Amino acid sequence: MTGSDGTGRRVGSGGIELRQVSRWYGNVVAVNDVTMTIGPGVTGLLGPNGAGKSTIVHMIAGMLEPSRGELLVAGEPSWHNTALLSKIGLVLDKDTVYTFLSGTDFVTAIAKLHKLPDPGAAARRAIGIVEMTDAADRRIGTYSKGMVQRIKVAAALVHDPEIIVLDEPFNGMDPRQRLSMMELLDRMGADGRVILFSSHILEEVERLSGTIQVIVGGRLAASGDFRAIRRLMTSRPHVFVVRSSDDRALAKALITSQAVTGVEVTPRGLQVRAADYGTFTRELAGVSRDQGVRLRELLPADESLESVFSYLVTP
Amino acid sequence: MSDLVNPVVLRLTMRATMGRKRALIFAIAPIIMIGVSALLKLVAKSPVWPPEFLGVFGFTVVVPLTALIIGTSVLGAEIDDNSVISLLATPIRRSTVVLTKFVAAAIITVIFAAVGEYLAGAIATGPGSKLALGLLAGAVAACIVYNALFVLLSVVTTRAIAVGLLYLLVWEGLLGSLVGGVRLLSVDQYALGIANSIAHESQLHAHLTLGTAVAMGVVVTGLALAFAAARLRSFSLKGDAV
Repeated sequence: MTGSDGTGRRVGSGGIELRQVSRWYGNVVAVNDVTMTIGPGVTGLLGPNGAGKSTIVHMIAGMLEPSRGELLVAGEPSWHNTALLSKIGLVLDKDTVYTFLSGTDFVTAIAKLHKLPDPGAAARRAIGIVEMTDAADRRIGTYSKGMVQRIKVAAALVHDPEIIVLDEPFNGMDPRQRLSMMELLDRMGADGRVILFSSHILEEVERLSGTIQVIVGGRLAASGDFRAIRRLMTSRPHVFVVRSSDDRALAKALITSQAVTGVEVTPRGLQVRAADYGTFTRELAGVSRDQGVRLRELLPADESLESVFSYLVTP
Repeated sequence: MSDLVNPVVLRLTMRATMGRKRALIFAIAPIIMIGVSALLKLVAKSPVWPPEFLGVFGFTVVVPLTALIIGTSVLGAEIDDNSVISLLATPIRRSTVVLTKFVAAAIITVIFAAVGEYLAGAIATGPGSKLALGLLAGAVAACIVYNALFVLLSVVTTRAIAVGLLYLLVWEGLLGSLVGGVRLLSVDQYALGIANSIAHESQLHAHLTLGTAVAMGVVVTGLALAFAAARLRSFSLKGDAV
């Protein structure tokens, strides 16, 4: 049951709850013992490709059965629960829409399937929200990828659901459309709805206020406010590869610095672990000059999102 | 009634099925049947060719193959390209989805294959002849039962057309006419039994009585659709890791 709590915000019967949810296929564990609660507002599910985000989204959508654990949406299990779909709006990555229909026809058809009292009006409203009114009467087959995404969002909103789940919603959108979609999600989250979206792009997730759940290798790696996650990510030790005219002499000098926690001599050069990369990068020039060593190359070794993620997973 | 067959899904399915390139193939077999029938009418010397040709070629080849293409298209093609997810994301009952798509498939198959069979029969022995009318009735029954089976196949496997072809060739084509007990489980025989009850034509090689044919047809259709609905309830999407 939903209602208002006086401030005009919606009050729902519950968000999304995962308790020790796992999903495997034979020997491959796609999701491993994930426990998390997703409440009102916008939550981002962040992780590299193949981390299990889509698997989690599909399970929440009732389109995949958890192998183990409990998964509740608005207080009920979503698997084999068709009636629950009237409370959930889904924008999945994998689905395609009927290209022969116009945007209006498609959203109206979905509205009718939801047994809405005035499907045409609901469709128009939803199409207006995603700013597709001008193109709505054209066939979906003529839409760009970003437009198709937006019409899918319209179809997911048409029945005014309290929970909205989107799998990689910004795929195929240009920066302006992305911003507009983010503003839309923000507004809906501020309404008190439970919004969950997945992405592998940190910047997309960061921009939307709220909580971030980080999934790496099927596990929940980190969970919290996006600022806390950012802090975690920047406070990790950074690894650099340094090539110089005398690696060993440089190594000896570097290890005495407080900013450095480890130095390894490798054929590629020196691998330096720096706890405080700001201080390290400032000191490096001076240290090498004092040693009479010429610096040839300084590269960060682990700027990829993967390494950031794996740092968060390793205890 | 709208709980069993959903008009929105029906319209969408008809448009989607007729819009796919496969739709052109639906028409080929019936056109061949009508064409060959007209040809044989002109040149054939033996008087038994109508039941032989229309019964064997029509019921064993044209009707089942047309039903296969249409029956696997209404739901199977949408499962393949994931367009069915738009439907499954709404609270519509999965049994309604299965039933509605089955009805769409049956209607389209009847229009192409059953009417084609009747027209071929009408050319051969006259529009009001017992054979032509019998063939029409039998073909309609075949369209119904075959489509139920092929809709079920679409939900159960991604290789519905291959499995369907195998079934038609081995089960219906070969065993059905050879082994006695198998006849009870042969859709061909249901169709021929119904056709024969009107046409009374021994050359049709029908072995079942009307009662048996109808009863078994209803049972097979009901079971197939029930299983299909049950499997659609467990429709699963995999994630990207797999």
